[in-house]
Amino acid sequence: MSSTEARHLGANTGAGANIKLPIYLDYQATTPLDPRALEAMMPYFTEHFGNPHSSTHEFGATSAAAVERAREQVASLIGAEAREIVFTSGATEANNLAIKGVAAFECEHRKGQRKRVITVITEHKCVIETCKHLGRDGHDIVTLPVDGDGIVDLGDLAAAINDETLLVSVMGVNNETGVIQPLAEIGALCREHGAYLHSDCAQAVGKIPLDVNAMKIDLMSISGHKLYGPKGIGALYVRRRPRVRLLAMIDGGGQERGMRSGTLPTPCCVGFGEACAIAEAEMESDHERLAQLRDRLLEGITANTDGVTLNGDRTRRIPGNLNLSFTGVGGEQLVAALSDLAVSTGSACNSASVEPSYVLMALGMGSERADASIRFGIGRFTTEAEIDYAIQTVVGQLSRLRG
Amino acid sequence: MDCYLDYNAEAPIKPAVRDAMRDAMAEVGNPSSVHGYGRQARRAMEQARERVAALAAAEPGDVIFTSSGTEANNLALKGAGRDRLLISAIEHDSVRGPAPHATILAVDGDGILDLDALEATLAEDETPALVSVMLANNETGVIQPVAEAARIAHAHGALLHCDAVQAPGRLAIDRVRLGADLLSLSAHKMGGPQGVGALILGDGLAIAAQLAGGRQETGRRAGSENMAGIVGFGVAAALAEEDLADVPRIANLRDRLETEICALGGALIGNRVPRLCNTACIAMPTMPSETQVIAFDLAGVAVSAGSACSSGKVGPSHVLEAMGLDRGLASRAVRISLGWRTSVGDVVRVIDVWSDLRSQGSGSAAGHEG
Repeated sequence: MSSTEARHLGANTGAGANIKLPIYLDYQATTPLDPRALEAMMPYFTEHFGNPHSSTHEFGATSAAAVERAREQVASLIGAEAREIVFTSGATEANNLAIKGVAAFECEHRKGQRKRVITVITEHKCVIETCKHLGRDGHDIVTLPVDGDGIVDLGDLAAAINDETLLVSVMGVNNETGVIQPLAEIGALCREHGAYLHSDCAQAVGKIPLDVNAMKIDLMSISGHKLYGPKGIGALYVRRRPRVRLLAMIDGGGQERGMRSGTLPTPCCVGFGEACAIAEAEMESDHERLAQLRDRLLEGITANTDGVTLNGDRTRRIPGNLNLSFTGVGGEQLVAALSDLAVSTGSACNSASVEPSYVLMALGMGSERADASIRFGIGRFTTEAEIDYAIQTVVGQLSRLRG
Repeated sequence: MDCYLDYNAEAPIKPAVRDAMRDAMAEVGNPSSVHGYGRQARRAMEQARERVAALAAAEPGDVIFTSSGTEANNLALKGAGRDRLLISAIEHDSVRGPAPHATILAVDGDGILDLDALEATLAEDETPALVSVMLANNETGVIQPVAEAARIAHAHGALLHCDAVQAPGRLAIDRVRLGADLLSLSAHKMGGPQGVGALILGDGLAIAAQLAGGRQETGRRAGSENMAGIVGFGVAAALAEEDLADVPRIANLRDRLETEICALGGALIGNRVPRLCNTACIAMPTMPSETQVIAFDLAGVAVSAGSACSSGKVGPSHVLEAMGLDRGLASRAVRISLGWRTSVGDVVRVIDVWSDLRSQGSGSAAGHEG
């Protein structure tokens, strides 16, 4: 917000702190860049500006070293090796590369014996769209439902998976509900059938502990700007043992060991790496603080107003997400009334859409309830005063709207 | 080390670009979100889109932001929906890569596309084609007859894609006058940030998105937009106009460098035809490219042998090979490329180092021969 648009509140918020309005509560859409990550990036804009692929001179070598250090930081956060990390422009590209890349390799080099690809109805749009694309190319796409809490039923997966299954793609944490999927159990099932497990962990990395080996994850998509790193950078983890083979989608100079061509953005890699290192060091304390704020928000709202339902499993969820449905009000009406809060009704990528969220509908609710749902995303820079102001706003506006 | 002469690989970011990006990075919005933060991010992004469009005399709505020039080239070649691809023999790897089965169009000894060959190849087969010709070559700087190639392509119902990555700030770009139906740009070659590029489309041209997902970039490229990168690209695009005013200075420096190195026994490549003001491709008869580049580096001068992407590769450049250059000469060529921060001191330095290496080189070469 520009300073002219931002309004400041004084002592009436209780804490007496200045609060910048609207309050940013959309941490699942994007997180602010951590100032420490920004600081790490700045020297790579000016002093160390080399092309990291110009390996024959010092300018390039300095950038290359910074990129490799960042690669180690990203790898470390998920228990991987640095050489298993392929930098991409973001999680969307990583998801596309994982799913299309594995399918393309299978078709070209293994006669396409494994045709089945299993995914889940609540996946991010880019996974669903990519799977549809494979479906048009003759793959057998199976989309699993979720239960009322948003969790995949392992029995459903066990029934769908077979020895012709190439890939199972299940996200770690849902972007709308914050629900955590049982990746380790899914990984074990996939391994039994020789199917690859891909997990879109854009919302999970840095939020919950992840270990690609313990969870038997073969491919994992990561996003920089969902974990307080910069936009325009992400990564795909590609397992080396047993080796996952995929074909590149962007061809050219052969960077990233031939899996993804194009000059890497050194400052973004550095900021992403730093953000991962910070997340690794602070995940536990962040988790605890956010859980307290989340509980405060939920209790503050439910104690003072009726007709509020939490969407998604109560315990198997990240602390930074609270997806609530409100009875007796329309969704658009509610969002308009909550203009002091930067919240969203669903994924940012679908925000222009007027359809109710397909994720919430998959949990079994009707379109009316799905439509009257708000995602509150809280994160590292959310304060108690902001939460209290949000409670006041929600409770006040609900009572006004419901008359 | 402070003598950087590898602008065709990477132009140092300009201070105004860095400052604009730092401000953009301090903001939180996802441009696809509908709340105030998101809307503000979107406004900044649309201003950048206008600036990038203006750089190529194009319409903002025809600009698709990508993560690199490489991605823009991939999107053009794979997304235009043409099965038959014709590319010049001197294209960058990011055009060659996505077009492994393309028909290769020859260039002449000066590195210029053979327009007769283009005409004849198009006449052979009626399948709707896409022709890809770069505006200026990254290794030699040689400028290609893109407008003529486009006229021929259009006469045969083909589309023309132009990789214009090396041109901004060195050459005025006008998408319409070039006749380019698709045109690729990269921010980091013009003092903008790494990690952002653009594909600019001609009027009403449809492109098939290569990344599936959200509806960003009006459904032509999915993925949360790289806000700060796009803002930085916009500033760099606006500043590229100023670089055009600096062209005579850069050309003078380059010419001085070439004249003096030539007098010391260097062989100039591609210098008989119109080319970018900033690029010199020079062979030192006594020393292989790789050895030269390392020796230059030890002397504190950054130059390169061919493109950055191919730095790890061995063997002579496909560009010089296509020009029919003698293999011995091609394997001794080094690219020296200048830019906005290059000073007379840098040029004097590189001439001195070249001279030193030349005298060392002749000693060892004589030893081998003797």
